[in-house]
Amino acid sequence: MKKIKTKTIIWLIIAVVIYAVLFYLDATGKLSRQFSRLLIPVGINIMLAVSLNLTVGFLGELTLGHAGFMSVGAYSGCMFTVFMDLPVYIEFPLALLIGGLVAAIFGVIIGVPALRLKGDYLAIVTLAFGEIIKSVIINMDITGGSAGLKGIEKTTNFTVMFVAVLVTIIVIANLINSRHGRAICAIRDNVIAAEAVGINVVYYKLLAFVVAAFFAGVAGVLYGHNLGILKPATFDFNKSIEILVIVVLGGMGSITGSVVAAIIITVLPEVLRGLDDYRMLIYAVVLIAMMLINSNPRISAFRKRIESKFNLKKNMKEAE
Amino acid sequence: MALLEVKNLGISFGGLRAVDDFNLTMDNGQLYGLIGPNGAGKTTAFNLLTGVYKPTDGSFMFDGKEMSGKSPIDINKAGIARTFQNIRLFSDMSVLDNVKVGLHNRETYGLASGILRLPSFFKQEKEMYDMGMELLKVFDLDKEANFKSSNLPYGKQRKLEIARALATNPKLLLLDEPAAGMNPNETAELMDTIALIRNKFNISILLIEHDMNLVMGICERIVVLEYGKIIANGTADEVKSNPRVIAAYLGE
Repeated sequence: MKKIKTKTIIWLIIAVVIYAVLFYLDATGKLSRQFSRLLIPVGINIMLAVSLNLTVGFLGELTLGHAGFMSVGAYSGCMFTVFMDLPVYIEFPLALLIGGLVAAIFGVIIGVPALRLKGDYLAIVTLAFGEIIKSVIINMDITGGSAGLKGIEKTTNFTVMFVAVLVTIIVIANLINSRHGRAICAIRDNVIAAEAVGINVVYYKLLAFVVAAFFAGVAGVLYGHNLGILKPATFDFNKSIEILVIVVLGGMGSITGSVVAAIIITVLPEVLRGLDDYRMLIYAVVLIAMMLINSNPRISAFRKRIESKFNLKKNMKEAE
Repeated sequence: MALLEVKNLGISFGGLRAVDDFNLTMDNGQLYGLIGPNGAGKTTAFNLLTGVYKPTDGSFMFDGKEMSGKSPIDINKAGIARTFQNIRLFSDMSVLDNVKVGLHNRETYGLASGILRLPSFFKQEKEMYDMGMELLKVFDLDKEANFKSSNLPYGKQRKLEIARALATNPKLLLLDEPAAGMNPNETAELMDTIALIRNKFNISILLIEHDMNLVMGICERIVVLEYGKIIANGTADEVKSNPRVIAAYLGE
């Protein structure tokens, strides 16, 4: 158990160093404007991908409605700050909490059919859920309709974003590495066997949906407070697919993978901006190439060799 | 009082009477065999006893409590654990994690202490690690603890499934064809293991098996099913000489 504690400390140190370096580069203007504008979208995509990985990668349920949870959270949190007149240091954290909680409630609502549906059926239901949310928001007056919700204070800064990403990763990683997380993975691997050893399948499926929806909601609130305006069209089917692409690219059930893939997928289109017409073409080709490389048996064998070397070292240390 | 008391248990799938009038009484520490030709309803009987199917007739008591109609989760918590005919491991998880999932309900730390890593998390995870490794040692799997369970050879996968079932701390263990696909050496080793776990963990075992050497060798009593009905119930010698059993297996 000491091993876990030292590992946590190492991770925390790495996180602080990354924060310090990025903050320094950003504050002193050494990072070009193009990239410093990307810091927050990258963080939001990390949050979305890591949380979606909980349902798709760890629980093993394919859902296509993650943008729906994000929009529910974004609108409820942003409407709170627009209509309330509280000091910002009370208002903003409250808005984040409200956004997360409202999205979590929707997570329960969408999680209930998920208990009955499997695979492609669930994918279609969650897809429909995202579209319904979008049309409801467009047709409501209070949300500003299709013109969007305007006048949101731009309170999301790099520090807030970094802390939110860190909390998301820590909560989901710790959840996965506890007995509750093992129960979630057991359901993915074999539902019948999980029930036979006394795992409450209903509870743990709902738990995964609710936690994933919560963080998607918080990410939505941060998104709104970064741009200052929310448009329902942003949270369409394409957004859900984009997050799913990140999760698949990073590897199902790999949190580190989700983080790396989120950075690549968000930064890549911006890096390619100079290439104008060929931008989306190259983006697509890179995606295909990365998927092929990722699924190549030789590459995965190579990765396993490296992993096993690490494990061997770890085992030897344990033996000592 | 008997540990397991099954009374007139039956289930119909449409017009098919899969199990009919199933009666069985087992005491603590007994080892029973359930045999019968293919399609006789043996696995269906297991599915009834573990709550996978709800019985259409009859009922069964376990440890003095009415259990028919309860969910598989409640039945497992009450103390009945099982293995499967076609191995159902958590294939993407490590060998040790498979057993830890079995230990899930024996620890109590909540969601918050798991996420916030409170002291109860470390204490109970340590307990789970120790208990898990101890169980794996019984089945000689401790060296493979960090292997992915689907990478184990077939015989060891069967053993791991038994270890995982035992991790839930059962009073009754149901083994569905534990020796299926094993060679004679592995079967002989499995017989020793089954005898060992019954004494070590002090539990009752009911097993389905086609390997007659194994069944006749270790079971105290044998129940024979044919077309969903019990046609014989007795010791190995009684069953062997029962004309109805001979007819069921060899034809008249």
